[in-house]
Amino acid sequence: MKFGFSLVFLPLFLALFSLVAAEDRQSQHPERISGSAGDVLEDDPVGRLKVFVYELPSKYNKKILQKDPRCLTHMFAAEIFMHRFLLSSPVRTLNPEEADWFYTPVYTTCDLTPNGLPLPFKSPRMMRSAIQLISTNWPYWNRTEGADHFFVVPHDFGACFHYQEEKAIERGILPLLQRATLVQTFGQRNHVCLNEGSITIPPYAPPQKMQAHLIPLDTPRSIFVYFRGLFYDVGNDPEGGYYARGARASVWENFKDNPLFDISTEHPATYYEDMQRAVFCLCPLGWAPWSPRLVEAVIFGCIPVIIADDIVLPFSDAIPWEEIGVFVEEKDVPNLDTILTSMPTEVILRKQRLLANPSMKQAMLFPQPDQSGDAFHQILNGLARKLPHDKSIYLDSGEQVLNWTAGPVGDLKPW
Amino acid sequence: MKVSIDPMINAPNNNRRNNSFRGIAEQSSMESIFRSPSALFWLLLHGLCCIISLVLGFRFSRLIFFLLFTTSYNNSSSSYSQSPLLLHQSTSTSPPVLTTNAPTTPLPHANHSGSSRVVVGRHGIRIRPWPHPDPKQVMQAHRIMERVQREQMLTYGVKNRRPVIVITPTYLRTFQTVHLTGLIHTLMLVPGEVLWIVVEAGGASDETADLLVKSGLEFVHVGFGEKMPPSWEAIHKMEARMRLQGLRVVRERKLDGIVVFADDSNMHCLQLFDEIQSVKWMGALSIGLLAHGGSRTKQDGNGGEEDANFPLPVQGPACNSSGKLAGWHTYNVSPYMEQSSTLVHDGATVLPTKLEWAGFVMNSRLVWKDVEDRPGWFRDLDELNENGDAIETPLSLLRDESFVEPLGKCGREVMLWWLRVEARADSKFPSRWIIDPPLEIVVPAKRTPWPDAPPELLSSERESGIRDHAEKHHTKAGRVSRSRRVSHNKRKHDSQQAESQLSVVSTKQER
Repeated sequence: MKFGFSLVFLPLFLALFSLVAAEDRQSQHPERISGSAGDVLEDDPVGRLKVFVYELPSKYNKKILQKDPRCLTHMFAAEIFMHRFLLSSPVRTLNPEEADWFYTPVYTTCDLTPNGLPLPFKSPRMMRSAIQLISTNWPYWNRTEGADHFFVVPHDFGACFHYQEEKAIERGILPLLQRATLVQTFGQRNHVCLNEGSITIPPYAPPQKMQAHLIPLDTPRSIFVYFRGLFYDVGNDPEGGYYARGARASVWENFKDNPLFDISTEHPATYYEDMQRAVFCLCPLGWAPWSPRLVEAVIFGCIPVIIADDIVLPFSDAIPWEEIGVFVEEKDVPNLDTILTSMPTEVILRKQRLLANPSMKQAMLFPQPDQSGDAFHQILNGLARKLPHDKSIYLDSGEQVLNWTAGPVGDLKPW
Repeated sequence: MKVSIDPMINAPNNNRRNNSFRGIAEQSSMESIFRSPSALFWLLLHGLCCIISLVLGFRFSRLIFFLLFTTSYNNSSSSYSQSPLLLHQSTSTSPPVLTTNAPTTPLPHANHSGSSRVVVGRHGIRIRPWPHPDPKQVMQAHRIMERVQREQMLTYGVKNRRPVIVITPTYLRTFQTVHLTGLIHTLMLVPGEVLWIVVEAGGASDETADLLVKSGLEFVHVGFGEKMPPSWEAIHKMEARMRLQGLRVVRERKLDGIVVFADDSNMHCLQLFDEIQSVKWMGALSIGLLAHGGSRTKQDGNGGEEDANFPLPVQGPACNSSGKLAGWHTYNVSPYMEQSSTLVHDGATVLPTKLEWAGFVMNSRLVWKDVEDRPGWFRDLDELNENGDAIETPLSLLRDESFVEPLGKCGREVMLWWLRVEARADSKFPSRWIIDPPLEIVVPAKRTPWPDAPPELLSSERESGIRDHAEKHHTKAGRVSRSRRVSHNKRKHDSQQAESQLSVVSTKQER
């Protein structure tokens, strides 16, 4: 496995690197994410793949966005920005015959409540209707039953299209998307809603807003552990124990009077500045294991402490998360202070150096206009790594693998 | 198993979309429940428990489960697991807090293999038996943070720090300890090398030396023969000469670094010492003037209000639009000259001079003898008159003012605050922070006769005051128990006029 490979090469590379950088000890330039995993971040996808973007009627994308422009700023905005990026990207091709991948721009996470949260109830029907459209108007879907198509589904549990975990598991991934590649933010090992071969991406975090709150890098980091967010979700989980599998509540109960832990449910105006003054930032799971906190921690150089069992982090085949973040199992949360204070200082300093690497930060962002090395390019890199397609995905004419009538009855209604 | 009960239990505020839409989604699962009789039984039992809870007013089902310690699973796919993990009940007052574990056997969900460790459903909130900070870990965390901060300074902070040479004129007086302690604490925090040249008027005294030694800083204690005069004008002139004396020390010892003129009563921001590292030859900083030292006993209607509305006056370099030095911002003190203090210890506001020395920093090589690359626009120290008259500002040391570098974003950042505040002439401040032995007689403040105007300053009285003061320093233990009446006010005043009156008072309220 690539991971094992990099583990072997990593100490050798590091030894070599440290010899070369011996005189540079004083200057302490940020460390490269070395090894075969890290270099991949700087690959350029242009020329390695071609993507064809289907022209769908605007009711699938533009009209939805017009109805609610909040979709551009919430954490699910990646689907919209990916569409815009692909439209003007050099990897786009107008000739579908030479395309390696096919992209369907359908904004399934843009049906928002007054509070701003997306409702997933119509999403399966919307997706189904879009697939019906592309399968009737173009021959490329039926050719492979979607195996060389990819979709961006940034919702809580990806293509399971539900916000509650049991319901999502019960529904499973939309049957029509079983063969397609899913680009999603959700990632958890051995979970129904994560297909083999899916690409995990970071949630959208507004880059300009974060840039606007940067403070000088020599401001001393004086907060040990920082977290702002809910511990108990009283509205949806009044008894406690369901939200975050009890992990957030455990953090609160164990460390609420600990001076090293700056944790509370407030929404301070200096949230971003405070993160830049902290050594560790907690990123525990909530209702879903992923959250924009990870992106914010990486951008602000705060070491992420990830408390989510079996989570699959964004671009995990390109970014060595084990070296950058601290993984704490949910059962070890009561010992979090021991775990963090017993880490050797060299390890902590090394993680900070890795985080200071600009390519790391770029890979987590969706900037407008796009820049090299950003999350858009990492997605394309991930798609390029899956090429060339295996010959077996091409079906004989008339052969059908997908069951178009599978799934709950409600999904079959037209949208 | 919360199909029908949910709307009652759930709180009305929804962070998510649950409440209005749960009903729709749940209906499809109703049929599945009634298919299995065990599920029906559990549903009825649960309903019964809920009704009992409603009657009793609290959820007793959790209690029952805790006592029984049973686990029960439902096979219906739409239910949550009902494993009875006890949560930390926030209402419980008894200490023993349980740490229970989540069920380790996986839930039999449809199309979900048992290989995942993570299960959906209710989990316990793990709390360790003593959920409080461990002091050893707190110390270790602080050590980690210190190391991280040091690394940050090395990586992003100032490289090649030059030593800082601080020149301070001082003299023995009531508030000397207060002012010097503040300066000592600031200098102790300055990163890098600090050499402190203290020039003391009236000769190098033991008291000052005592303070300096205790600070742990590297210092040079230089005595300056003459005593400090009583008027502020003369004091300013003398301080300038004392600073030149300090520069002569730098010259003799060929000290290398950046010279800062820190007066003992000023307040310095630590950022200042990082900013001055970027000076090449001579730099100028903006000073904030806290000109309201002492008491505002003279309150004209106009004067007081005007002062309240003015922003803080600042002295320093002024730049033109391209960032080059164009002139100097000074503070026009003439409107306030009448009310200002003329003599030390008279309790009125002390005003600054045109340009204070504190706002200038220079490279120590400027004052060395025979340095080739010294810029021509700086006069050699030897050229100056030994008396150094008409050296009011460091600009007199320059032939050409335009070479001064403005620091602190061209004077926009104020990192230094100028203040002169001295005690009233009739003050007897204890020489240490502790009054030992305790006061013999304590008189309530209201009874103390309080002179409105400070006593007239006669030179003889001042000298006796100083002698008195010096005696106090020497005889720490031997506090002569002659009539020492100190009242518990903020300013411990000992009015000699009140001496006679107090003997009367003390007989009345003796504590």
